[in-house]
Amino acid sequence: MSGMSSAALFTAFKTIVVKEIRRFTRIWVQTLLPPVITMTLYFIIFGNLIGSRIGQMGGLDYMAFIVPGLIMMSVITNSYANVVSSFFSMKFQRNIEELLVSPVPNWIILAGWVCGGMARGLSIGLIVTVLSLAFTNLTIHNLGIMVTTVFLTSALFSLGGFINAMLATKFDDISIVPTFVLTPLTYLGGVFYSIDLLPDFWRGVSMANPILYMVNGFRYGILGVSDVNPFVSLGMILVFITVLTIIALRMLARGKGIRH
Amino acid sequence: MTNALEIEGLTKTYGSGFQALKGIDLNVKQGDFFALLGPNGAGKSTTLGIVSSLVNKTAGKVRVFGYDIDTHLSDAKVNLGVVPQEFNFGQFEKVFDIVTTQAGYYGIPLKEASVSAEKYLRKLGLWDKRNTPARMLSGGMKRRLMIARALVHEPGLLILDEPTAGVDIELRRSMWAFLEEMNREGTTIILTTHYLEEAEALCRNIAIIDHGRIVRHTSKRELLQQLSIETFVLDTDTALDVVPVLHGFEVRLDDEGSLEVDVEKGQGLNGVFIQLEKLGIKVLSMRTKANRLEELFIRMIEENAEETRRAGEGVA
Repeated sequence: MSGMSSAALFTAFKTIVVKEIRRFTRIWVQTLLPPVITMTLYFIIFGNLIGSRIGQMGGLDYMAFIVPGLIMMSVITNSYANVVSSFFSMKFQRNIEELLVSPVPNWIILAGWVCGGMARGLSIGLIVTVLSLAFTNLTIHNLGIMVTTVFLTSALFSLGGFINAMLATKFDDISIVPTFVLTPLTYLGGVFYSIDLLPDFWRGVSMANPILYMVNGFRYGILGVSDVNPFVSLGMILVFITVLTIIALRMLARGKGIRH
Repeated sequence: MTNALEIEGLTKTYGSGFQALKGIDLNVKQGDFFALLGPNGAGKSTTLGIVSSLVNKTAGKVRVFGYDIDTHLSDAKVNLGVVPQEFNFGQFEKVFDIVTTQAGYYGIPLKEASVSAEKYLRKLGLWDKRNTPARMLSGGMKRRLMIARALVHEPGLLILDEPTAGVDIELRRSMWAFLEEMNREGTTIILTTHYLEEAEALCRNIAIIDHGRIVRHTSKRELLQQLSIETFVLDTDTALDVVPVLHGFEVRLDDEGSLEVDVEKGQGLNGVFIQLEKLGIKVLSMRTKANRLEELFIRMIEENAEETRRAGEGVA
């Protein structure tokens, strides 16, 4: 089906990623600055002001406890937001047609957008990490698990953003999932507390929240403490990535929302 | 020689149940300058949308330079450049980036893409605007940008959907000259247009589509020969106030005081000149009235509508 050589495929992939990076850096006031301000406020208010009165959480200073969760929250939100807004805008302005008339295979389109989302999510994750160093000392417990968890989580939410953008028919549709699904799941995903504090019932409910596994896997990589087994976290993320990749590729093959 | 485009039994039924194409057959030879004409909603854009992969077909075959879009889609796309009817580029992107990004989608590395982008942006008079965001361009410049973008990977077949819509006459003429040059250099061109003068000036072969069916598919020359009456415009030495009577001919004055004479096929022009000579009217120059194709087009569409109506009555 694809008559493009490996070099040509790589060029096409690189083109999409570069275009995506160019987009979010061009509008850095909308994309890079807000999470920096929000996270600084979280560090000051929750970490310094309130955190100093909370004392310890999971055997750690409260500030140290929330940092991995806040980094992960930034990565999740921004990976998702980048892909959903960029791909939907392309659909809305119809410049998705530039890609549809070209020989780029669907898997390269998907990979390009996911990597574009990861570029923004991970850049902001890095900025927030550097920012957190002004408030606490971070020592890395397991670099491999930390990096793998954050990369895979970013990929997973970029995929989620892509599917959302394909299904969306109006701008309202791209804010429904972040507002009503992602934000509650992230806040209830153990960013600010250990689920050990919860009664048994709510602890059980929390275990059904996939973001809990991602936050805890990442926290394990940095701090060495986690409410769940970090390898179970990685396994879950991989399963979700596989499922969402299959769904996204099927939607692209059918031209869902992009071809008549 | 393989045809640039072959379409067989192409049908398209949209989700709403509307049947936009009812079995289209079309062949466009390599090197041709081809017009696909038809009224609004006839199926032109749907046909071109299917060829360029923007619309999913319901049934039928499409081959671009012999590559079947069902089995060799990627190869078919490499040979195809598409200029859509509506502006569909990133409004905030710079002109040069839009063109080189498109080349990147075809797997052309940036260095090569930059050379090709410069070539076409220069040819289309957009090189000075290469660092301008697309939204800052005029309507005509935006159209030329879409042409440069469609050509950056050097396709053998260029499809243009209403390329000169909303473009002023001077720019339209320069775009015609550019397209004629591309065609001379070997690019096969298919265009849809509402300006039938454009099709008459540029195209060698024409298909007329109406209600999802091809109602005529022939050469422009053959099509024009079907005109039973041709109108000639005669410029005279003095402005005429009264329409002269020429026996055997329908005569009228146009807005500028020139004579318009309808001449039936086989009638010849000698009778016109002899009678004008007798009336003391001197003819300075003569030309055929433009839009002959328009006249024919309207007639064919009306005939097709009539046939469709009769067929409907027959079924009822």
